[in-house]
Amino acid sequence: MKRELIYKRFERFWHWTQAILVIFLAVTGFEIHGSISFFGYDQAVMYHDIAAWSFLVLIAFAIFWHVTTGEWRQYLPTWKNLKAQAEYYIFGIFRNSPHPTKKTVLSKLNPLQKIVYAGLKVLIIPAMVLSGLLYMFYRYPQRYEVLSLNINSLQTIAIVHTIGAFLLLAFLIVHLYLITTGQTVTSNLKAMITGYEDLPDESTGEKVKSSTKKEEVAEVSK
Amino acid sequence: MKRIFLPLFMLLVFVGMILTALHKNSSDTPPLLKLKAEYSVRHKSSVDHSLFPELKKKFKRPQDVTAACISCHNGRADEVMKSSHWNWERTEYIVGKGIRSLGKRNVLNNFCIGITSNEQSCSRCHAGYGYSNGPSYFKDSLNVDCLACHDNSGTYMKMNEGAGMPDTSVNLNYVAQHVGRPTRTNCGTCHFFGGGGNNVKHGDLEEALFDPTRDVDVHMASDGEDMQCVDCHTASKHQMLGKMYSVSSMNRNRVTCEGCHSSMPHSDDILNEHTLKVACQTCHIPVIAKVNPTKVYWDWSTAGKLENGKPFELKDSAGTDIYMSIKGSFKWIRMLKPDYIWFNGTASHYLLGDKFDPSKPLVLNQLYGSYDDPDSKIYPVKIHRANQIYDTQFDYLIQPKVYSAKPGDGGFWGDFDWERAAREGMKAVDLPFSGHYGFTRTTMYWPANHMVSPKEQAVECHTRNDGRLATLEGFYLPGRDYNPLVEQLGGGLLALSLLGVLIHGGGRILVSRKKKVTK
Repeated sequence: MKRELIYKRFERFWHWTQAILVIFLAVTGFEIHGSISFFGYDQAVMYHDIAAWSFLVLIAFAIFWHVTTGEWRQYLPTWKNLKAQAEYYIFGIFRNSPHPTKKTVLSKLNPLQKIVYAGLKVLIIPAMVLSGLLYMFYRYPQRYEVLSLNINSLQTIAIVHTIGAFLLLAFLIVHLYLITTGQTVTSNLKAMITGYEDLPDESTGEKVKSSTKKEEVAEVSK
Repeated sequence: MKRIFLPLFMLLVFVGMILTALHKNSSDTPPLLKLKAEYSVRHKSSVDHSLFPELKKKFKRPQDVTAACISCHNGRADEVMKSSHWNWERTEYIVGKGIRSLGKRNVLNNFCIGITSNEQSCSRCHAGYGYSNGPSYFKDSLNVDCLACHDNSGTYMKMNEGAGMPDTSVNLNYVAQHVGRPTRTNCGTCHFFGGGGNNVKHGDLEEALFDPTRDVDVHMASDGEDMQCVDCHTASKHQMLGKMYSVSSMNRNRVTCEGCHSSMPHSDDILNEHTLKVACQTCHIPVIAKVNPTKVYWDWSTAGKLENGKPFELKDSAGTDIYMSIKGSFKWIRMLKPDYIWFNGTASHYLLGDKFDPSKPLVLNQLYGSYDDPDSKIYPVKIHRANQIYDTQFDYLIQPKVYSAKPGDGGFWGDFDWERAAREGMKAVDLPFSGHYGFTRTTMYWPANHMVSPKEQAVECHTRNDGRLATLEGFYLPGRDYNPLVEQLGGGLLALSLLGVLIHGGGRILVSRKKKVTK
């Protein structure tokens, strides 16, 4: 076993800030939606706006970090091991089989994670950001008049935003559970807090097939 | 690390630029303070009318007063004679009906119904002396009643059932010497008592506005701005700004809040954005009839019951009439939460002789508007419902003669005979009466414009969701509306996720226990 830094300082900051913001946005958002009542409608709107702007700033920094460090490649979806990973969650995990995808610093996400996280980043988050910005700005008051995009009704914007919210919340539920499916029940959580995780040595019986191409990060398969 | 510094700096600058662009400067002097300063200047009469010899000579008839007024203010009576206050009708365009003459003279309502054949009583509120339907009355400028609007002595009043003549108790010389700019008392004497009693018709115009507190009306408050009706209902050549949709149909000559307050009066962007679709009145008039109740239902069909051959009245515990033999049964509400409609400033009207379907409630003044119409906004209205007389054979509303000068003249209030009252009234409006009558449900809409509350009492988001807008259709209201399919699928997805996680986790726990046991 080897102790490795998997999640760098910014990554952890980004992850946990995002976690807090998403949960806070969900609570205030579903209050605005009329599903729950906690802060009161007016306050919920105000808090939701503040959290949304904070999230946008965070997203700007996260994109910058991912681009400059090249870490965005971690999310490139792959077919490799996808089936094995799915089978692991359906069967292997109950038989105490080993994880089909070995975590390495160069490839810390399994194929299912890659697909889901890439989907979040490419589809859900942009859809939420776009519909959220339209929600705020499809009408915008200037000093003497309200300027308006040629959008008559809030309905489509609001429904897209609601769909995204449901998907994010479902992701959150499953994501929270999958924390427990690491090497040990708590190893994933510890890694995201401290940044370090004990990774199995690459030389202990497993064949390592690394690609010559730089963007194809190492995949480990049995 | 150095490589990262420049891009990071540029990013910060970029974010900063966006935030600066979105930030708006607040205006220097609050506009409300400017308005307060402007309206705190009290109007002062430029001359002392009590010194004019013309007003000291004895007036035999009220028309003599008018002659004295005109002797200096020449041409003014002619201006009055072009106004709605005088003509009680104006030329209006009604969608689907074309250009019609519309006003008190010919429109039916669901209160005392209509003035034709009842002029002797109704015209107490006409700005003239000795009202009659003959053309000579309306053409004689000496019939113009200057005093009703310009009395500042507080002693002028019109005779009950006197066709607009002053009460015999009035000292015409004293009143004529104390004239000036119209006050709330002048306007309120008629406009607060429309429909035959205090606050019967409007709901937002009542005798409490003679001397209101700030909570009742923030503009007219005696302890505040103390604004008079004519501060907003300004006039040029005696043509007043403003009108009511009970007797008009076009989007013109309206008094607007925006005229003084602008359409962007809030410091909060979200509130300003609302002005696109929400009228000021909607949030700033959270309740009407704040002091005395307003009539919301009038059932004429129960009128005419007599006790020992005599008409009687019943009052509720608060002293409000709930039954009158001459008028029927009523319902009143104090602190009335208005209803809300989309309204674009145009209205339709039921006109005398229009046939209708008696199986449905008949709307007498349909206010037009919808969310999709860019001219429409949400407005607060008082809805007045009634059960009133109509011709069951011809399917049109009946103009009954209700006022009775003496028993036996056919007026319902003297003879309590609906058939006779209907016959006399329909004769007066020149429409056939089949001899068969019944009672039908009617509805009127009265936009609420007065009794503006202090801003602290305005409707807020969370009170907005207290069901006020529950029935307003055609748009998506956050917190109220949703897509049922999305809610079901979304809720299902969450439930499935939770269930899946529980089953999966439960399975793992079971398996690990088994393994421990087997070990």
